[in-house]
Amino acid sequence: MTVSLPWYMGLSAVLFGLGALGLMIRRNVLVMYMCIELMLNAANIAFVAFAQKLNDLGGQAAVFFVLVVAAAEVVVGLGIVVAIFRRRADTTADDIHLMKG
Amino acid sequence: MMMSGLAHPFLAVTTLPDAIVFAVAAVIIIAGAVGVIVERNPVHSALSLVITLFGTALIFLLLGDDFIAAVQVIVYAGAIVVLFLFVIMFLGVDKKEMIAREPLKAQRPIALLLVLVSVVGILLLGAGAHYALGASSSTGVANHQSGGEVAALGRAVFTTYLLPFEATAALLIIAIIGAVVLTKRHNDGIEGSVLPYAGKDESDEDDSSDEDGFSGEDGSFDEDGSYGSDGDDLDEGEQEYRDGREDEELVK
Repeated sequence: MTVSLPWYMGLSAVLFGLGALGLMIRRNVLVMYMCIELMLNAANIAFVAFAQKLNDLGGQAAVFFVLVVAAAEVVVGLGIVVAIFRRRADTTADDIHLMKG
Repeated sequence: MMMSGLAHPFLAVTTLPDAIVFAVAAVIIIAGAVGVIVERNPVHSALSLVITLFGTALIFLLLGDDFIAAVQVIVYAGAIVVLFLFVIMFLGVDKKEMIAREPLKAQRPIALLLVLVSVVGILLLGAGAHYALGASSSTGVANHQSGGEVAALGRAVFTTYLLPFEATAALLIIAIIGAVVLTKRHNDGIEGSVLPYAGKDESDEDDSSDEDGFSGEDGSFDEDGSYGSDGDDLDEGEQEYRDGREDEELVK
């Protein structure tokens, strides 16, 4: 590893910030999910960088589990989007403000 | 290469090829992430997400993590983004988002300010303080073992990290069941009878829900008579949906 760790941390922080920004300013639920994926990727970069720096396999294992969690989250999240879309024909977060119907 | 003129030792980038690869990957990642946020069309956002994911895989390769890089491309770009695109296409929401209508007036500037302050703070902390980078050694499973990285990771997953591994197995089962239950159509006519509500605009929704909070939502036809026009589309959509659900299972 020759590019030093702070560079990876900086990239990870910027990517996480962009994901958080998108999550806050976008209204489309699907795009908001994509922004969550961006933040998970930022965490993955940090995990792998630290794993290499500290010579610890735990980082890679954590990335492995993050991938699984991300896949599960997307599957359930998109299922919810599909279920809501059947009722409302819309994927805008502001319009989903009723617990019933 | 990039800022190697800086005095701080932690910012020193030692070899030129690695620095170039890192710079290219960073540009790819940031450009893709900005694309996800800026693009009005969800399909374009999903494709920008692919760009970011490939850039991340490049970073993993640069860090010497071949297996994670391959998994990143296969699982993220190959499965998750395809699932996103499938849902976008299936729902037919691949049109431009209404940006003009903004219920919370100051939310975007505040969000931008908040994120800027946080990220700049983190970057300053990382650049100026070595203790922000955590421990210099750890007592976990060693990284470079005999048999290569994949063997080491496999061994660790089935020994040290066996409990989290089993937990993810349970999580995946729950996710599959949850997706099936969430997207299941209730054909008994009691709950979730879908067709009457499709294409209903918001003013109607507010009228009926404000007057009587619980009745008038289920099973009733559209008040504005748009049922006939929208119903046909959804019948076709249902067939596609049933075909597509098998695809969704395959993707997983």
